[in-house]
Amino acid sequence: MAEVMAGAPRVRVRISSAADIVTARQQGRALASELGFSETDLTVIATAISEVVRNIVEYASQGDILLTLVHRGNKRGIQVVAKDKGPGIANIEQAMQDGYSTSKGLGLGLPGARRLMDEFEIVSRVGQGTTVTMKKWVR
Amino acid sequence: MRVPILKQGNYLIASIQSALSDEDLLQLRDDLGTQVGRFRSRGAIVDVTVLDVVDSFAVRTLRTIAHMLRLRGAETVIVGLQPEVAFSMVQLGLTLGEVATALDLEEGLSYLDRGIKRGSSHG
Repeated sequence: MAEVMAGAPRVRVRISSAADIVTARQQGRALASELGFSETDLTVIATAISEVVRNIVEYASQGDILLTLVHRGNKRGIQVVAKDKGPGIANIEQAMQDGYSTSKGLGLGLPGARRLMDEFEIVSRVGQGTTVTMKKWVR
Repeated sequence: MRVPILKQGNYLIASIQSALSDEDLLQLRDDLGTQVGRFRSRGAIVDVTVLDVVDSFAVRTLRTIAHMLRLRGAETVIVGLQPEVAFSMVQLGLTLGEVATALDLEEGLSYLDRGIKRGSSHG
């Protein structure tokens, strides 16, 4: 598979409260619309961003969202990185199961975001933080 | 931004005008809870036509609104979910559970009218 090429992040949104959720997803939608994603995909991307940002606010209190335009061969897409220095996730597999939640949520944030996006990776270390990297490609 | 709530006969209509923050959603929940009592409303319509994203927090809050209002004798209908939003909700695995939905305001009002005619009341 061809390598993914990415430039520098186009947009960075600091997350420090729930008020930043709407900002992050609106920025995501705006950047993604430059690539010609369908209306549906724009909503899908905005929803996925909403869920991962929510996770940051709930568990880590603060973090960053970095939005980058990427391409692989002919394909163009958007990459969303959600990073925090929060408590980290002890059991990623468990966190990726639907319905599992250590807080009062529905436990859908991470597995839900994974279903919405085309590519999804999560790296987390207890006591250090979590980084979610997800991509959606223009069809 | 506070969601305006209008009284239309027996019903309340909450017409969302713009993207809602978490705080706005909670305010809507509280306002509907209070207004149902003030106006003795039998039903409430929450019009989400303008929302471009309905995420897990929004779904949870809409469900809470519906349950709360039912405890106070009023039926809630969510109307205006856009196709892209409906698709994302399905992909996300979110359901509104037992909360009634209708296509638009008109359908929502018909739904509530049918409920009142049947003389339905819920515990």
